[in-house]
Formats: sequence, C-alpha cells, structure tokens
Amino acid sequence: MGKISLNTGYCKSCGLCIRACTRGALSISGKTNEKGYRVIAADDMKCVGCGLCYTVCPDYVFTIEDQTGSEWTV
Amino acid sequence: MKQLMKGNHALAEAAIRAGCRFFAGYPITPQSEILEYFSWRMPEAGGSFAQTSSEIEGINQVLGAAAAGQRAITSSSGPGFTLKQEGISYMQSLEVPAVIVDVMRYGIGLGDIFYGQGDYFQATKGGGHGGYLLPVYAPSSVQENADLVALAFDTAEKYRSPVIVLSDAAIGQMCGSVELPEMKEFDIDRFEWALKGRDRHYPQGRTLTDRMYYDFGYDEYDKHERDRYDAMKENEQLWEEVQAEDAEVILVSYGISSRICKEAVKAARAEGLRLGLIRAITVWPFPTKAFQKYNGKASAYMTVEMSQMGQMAEDAFIAAHCQTPVYSMPTGRDVADSEDIIANVKDILAGRKEAF
Amino acid sequence: MAMTKKIPDTIKGANTFCPGCGHGVVVRLIAEALEELGHADDAICAVAVGCSCLVNVALGIDKIGCPHGRASACAAGIKRVRPGNLVFSYQGDGDSLSIGLAETVYSAQRNEKFTQIIVNNGVFGMTGGQASPCTLIGQKTTTTVDGRSVNMSGVPLDIMKMFGQIESVAYLARGSVHDAQNILNTKRYIKKAFEAQMAGAGFSCVEILSPCPTNWHMEPVDSMERIAGVVSAYYPIGEIVTGGGLNA
Repeated sequence: MGKISLNTGYCKSCGLCIRACTRGALSISGKTNEKGYRVIAADDMKCVGCGLCYTVCPDYVFTIEDQTGSEWTV
Repeated sequence: MKQLMKGNHALAEAAIRAGCRFFAGYPITPQSEILEYFSWRMPEAGGSFAQTSSEIEGINQVLGAAAAGQRAITSSSGPGFTLKQEGISYMQSLEVPAVIVDVMRYGIGLGDIFYGQGDYFQATKGGGHGGYLLPVYAPSSVQENADLVALAFDTAEKYRSPVIVLSDAAIGQMCGSVELPEMKEFDIDRFEWALKGRDRHYPQGRTLTDRMYYDFGYDEYDKHERDRYDAMKENEQLWEEVQAEDAEVILVSYGISSRICKEAVKAARAEGLRLGLIRAITVWPFPTKAFQKYNGKASAYMTVEMSQMGQMAEDAFIAAHCQTPVYSMPTGRDVADSEDIIANVKDILAGRKEAF
Repeated sequence: MAMTKKIPDTIKGANTFCPGCGHGVVVRLIAEALEELGHADDAICAVAVGCSCLVNVALGIDKIGCPHGRASACAAGIKRVRPGNLVFSYQGDGDSLSIGLAETVYSAQRNEKFTQIIVNNGVFGMTGGQASPCTLIGQKTTTTVDGRSVNMSGVPLDIMKMFGQIESVAYLARGSVHDAQNILNTKRYIKKAFEAQMAGAGFSCVEILSPCPTNWHMEPVDSMERIAGVVSAYYPIGEIVTGGGLNA
C-alpha cells in the first residue's frame, strides 16, 4: 500500500486524475490555489496507492510513497 | 610551403586546418567545390560531413554542431545564402559561433552563375530578421580565402557570433599560390556554455535559446547587443590602403573588384593622377577608421563593385560623413576595367560625374 | 506490491502548459526514461518552436532553442558532434510535419542517429488553433472553420507511413497519452527509441497522440475520449519498426 500526497500548488483542475481513479478517491475540492485553480483532494480512506493518478497527471501533482521504503517504477 | 590551389579548395582546406570538424551544405555554383572538397576531406580529418536536403537544413545542422562546441562551417552562394539567413539570425540570438561562406555570384532571383558581388547588402546588413549584425570578411585572393576563413573562426569564438566569409566566384574559381595555416585541433568541451549534458555549472541543464529570455531582461538585452556590436566595430575593422595618403581621389572597393583597383592606382599614378585605394577586408564592420584619416582631405571617394547598383557605396557615403563626396561605379556582370576606372575618376575631377 | 512514484528530479518544477495538455505527461515520461536509462546527465534536447518550447521551463537537461521546423536538423548536428550523448528533438506536429517536414524526413532518410519526439495534437496550439497537417477530416479549426475537407487540404499526414518506407530506420512507434495504459506503453516506446539510439542503430522516432483541450474547445476529459475514438482510429497506436537500422 502506498500513501498519497498532493502538491496542489501545481494543480490545474483538469480532472484527468478523477477519470483515471478506479476507487473514486479523488475529487475537486473547494480550495483554490495561487494560480486560481480549484484543486484536487484525495480521500485517504479510499486510496489504494495504485499510482494511476500519478501516471495520467500532466502537472506533477501526485506522489505515492511506498510505506515499506522500497522503490518500484513502471 | 606554398602550393597552387583553387580558391574554393584553399578555403576548405584552411578551414580544416583551423580546426573545423563539421560541414553541412548543399550544391550551388560557384560554391560547389567547397562542398565536394569537404565530402572527402572532412571524414579524412576525423570530422563530420553532411550533404543536406537544403541550405536550411545545412545551416541548422551547423547551428546544432556549433552549439555542441565544434568548429563548424557551411557555404553557399546568392539564392542559397538567402536560405541560410533564418539560421544566421538564430545563431546571433543564441550567440553560437560558426562560419558561413558566401561565394557570391551575379544578380537577383536566380541571377546567374557569372561572377559578381551581388550579396553585399544581404551579408553586411543583418540579412535575416530582427536587425542584427555580424563580422564579414571579404577575401581578394586565394591566399586570403585561406587566411580569412581561419581568422573568421577566431573572431566567431571571440564574440560568440556567426561570421561570414564573403568570397566571390572569381576568387573561388581562380587558381593561385597559397601558404596554408598549420593544422589545429580543438577540444569540444572548451566552452562552458556549449551543449554537453548538465554538469556542476548547469545542474538543471543549459537552456541555450534566445539570450533575451533567460540571460537578460529585455532592456538589458538591447544594451548587451549594442555593446557587442560596438566592440566589434571598435576592434575588428580591417582594411588595406594603397597610396591613399596623398591621393586626390580614393577608390573604395573589396574582393575581386579591388584587384583591378590596385592596377588602376598604378596606371593612374604613371600618368600623374594621384589615385589611391581603401580596400575593405572587413566589409562589416566597415573600415570607417580609414575614412576618418581622409575625410575632408581627399577630394572624392569612388566605390567600385560588381553589382547592378552601388551597395558598398552606401557604407562609403556614411563613412565619408558628408566631408568628402562619394561617387559610385557599379560594374554589374563585368569586372571593372582599369581604363574605365581612370576615365570615371577624370569625370569626377572635371565635374562630369554625378555624386552618389 | 511496494512502490514509490514521485516526480523525477529532472523535472524542474511546475510546467506552463494549459490545463489537461498532454505535453506535461510527455515531458515527465522523457524525464523518467532518461533517469531510468542513466542518461539524464548526458541528454541534450533540441527544442522546437510552438507549445513544445515550454519544455524549457520543465525539463532539467541541456536544451537548445531551434528555428521553427529545424529542431531535427539541429539535433542531427549535435549528435554528429557528440555521438556519446543521448540527443533528441522535442517537436509538435506543426513544427516537425509542416514547416519542418524536409528536415524530419531527411533526418530519417540520412539515418541521423538521434531520437525525434513528435507530440501530435493536430493543431497549431501556440498561435491559436490553426489547422496542422494532422488536423482530421471534418475537424474545425480557425483556418478550417467549416471543418477540414479533403478537397481543400488533402488527407491528414501520417509520418509513420512515410518513415516506414525508409529501410534504415532503427525504431518507430506511435503512442498516446489518453489513458494510463497508453501512457505506460508510450514510456516504453520512448525508452526503446533511446536505447536504439545509444546502440548506434540509427534514426528513431516516437510520435505521441496528445490533446489540445484549449484549441479543440473541449474539456480535458472529453479530449482524451476524442483521442481514444476518432484520433487513434485514423492514427493507429503501436510499434511500427523495432530492431531496425544498422544493427538489423
């Protein structure tokens, strides 16, 4: 299982991560970043750390950290 | 050791000896011997040769090669040289040093493969977009084809600027005795700015693009460009004078035309006419320092050049600073004749020739 | 399965592409590929004119800004001087296939040993959405206001078919960024192209179908569905040439 973290400062609210997430863990939040975009929020309870959001995000918002410390790349 | 060589071949061999290890270009008369010579000589010297699909592809391969730190050259003539202007403008904006040879021919459009000096404007006036300048050397002999191409590389690197060698069909096609420079080699890693992969100087990589974007503010950039060109104007003017000191009329010429001017000076002096010559070796920066010595002292300057109308005449007019009148003798497709030159000079002195 | 996914160090920071633009993904895939192959330190990128030039902001490797259409010629010059470096051009379809088609085709024809990355979004994005050689039949742009017609502009250009006729080409593939599976495949294509280059096999190219939500006047999600539908129907996705070139 990975732990998701978000750099919402980079988010442009495109919604591609929401489309990719198979667990419904992502949604547009009520918060707005410095660029004026309403940013993405993740629900930790639903996230399984699959990394699909990382893969499709054009703006480098997501980091999935392996809680065992080893690395895996695709 | 002197040897007999064709002008175009001497230029190509001298470039190799000056450490140039990259050529990319396209056939066009009267330049093709340069391309042909490099096609076998460049690989022999351990360099890279490409016959590209156009002059545009050629100049841009040279842009890449020079940006990667190599001494690189391309050559063309008239219409083909025009196609290189886009790349030359980019070279000046990125400040990438390279050498571009224009073996001039005659006329606009297709023109003709006759010898001529039709490209003065497009070589000296920043022929591409945006308004830049760059050093332009104008050889007048096979020896100078060799000497000036070698000097062109040094000047290019001194200012991080493209440099033009403005040869012509006559100089390129003639055979002459030439002393070639010693062979040199250069390390492609010698410039910190050159593309080589990120390193301690550029931990996030180089961004070698219009220097206006990342290296200067827009206002600073204008000043930076002016300062570069001012330094070239101050330091790089080259010219030859022939009996100009006491001359009543001073001819102003370059390249093939200047050879006839030398003959005319001799012939005029033999009949008591005090004729002199300023031969521009750099046509940009134009040798204004030579003019400063004679402005208001000589009674006239007369430019002699092989084009449909006076091109260099405009630079002579500016250099004369309205202190000495300038006359123009464009000779079109024909190399000037010394008798014609002397006849024109006599017309000037008799008030029969209209000033430029 | 244990895993960590984080932004490659070779990404300098936030990019300046429009929301939902595919360029951001492609740039990250290149950074990941370079790091995984151990070539981030020696990579050199010839950058095109157009939206592609925004790669300057995002990608932390050596880059050169080339005249419009000429990035592949510049890349060829760089690679000839520095054959040990990994050299690639980064171009859009307007740059590489319209104004730069000669430089593109002749780089392949002459077997210049760099990798060409073409991001194909079927429009001139930076200039406001004019038709490109890859605009689909019927697609509306600012210069095909009633939709592109075969009568007026011919059929969309397929560079993979043109390249495919050149026997010396080392590696050719067309990828897409329209979903996670295709993004991962595209990364594999980029890595294989880079590997073919560094093996000295010859010219390699990866064309990548990518959305331009701004100039397609579509939401980012709908843009991806358009690629999954009509765009990839015209431009089939997959590897076209593998194991080609000098080592074949």
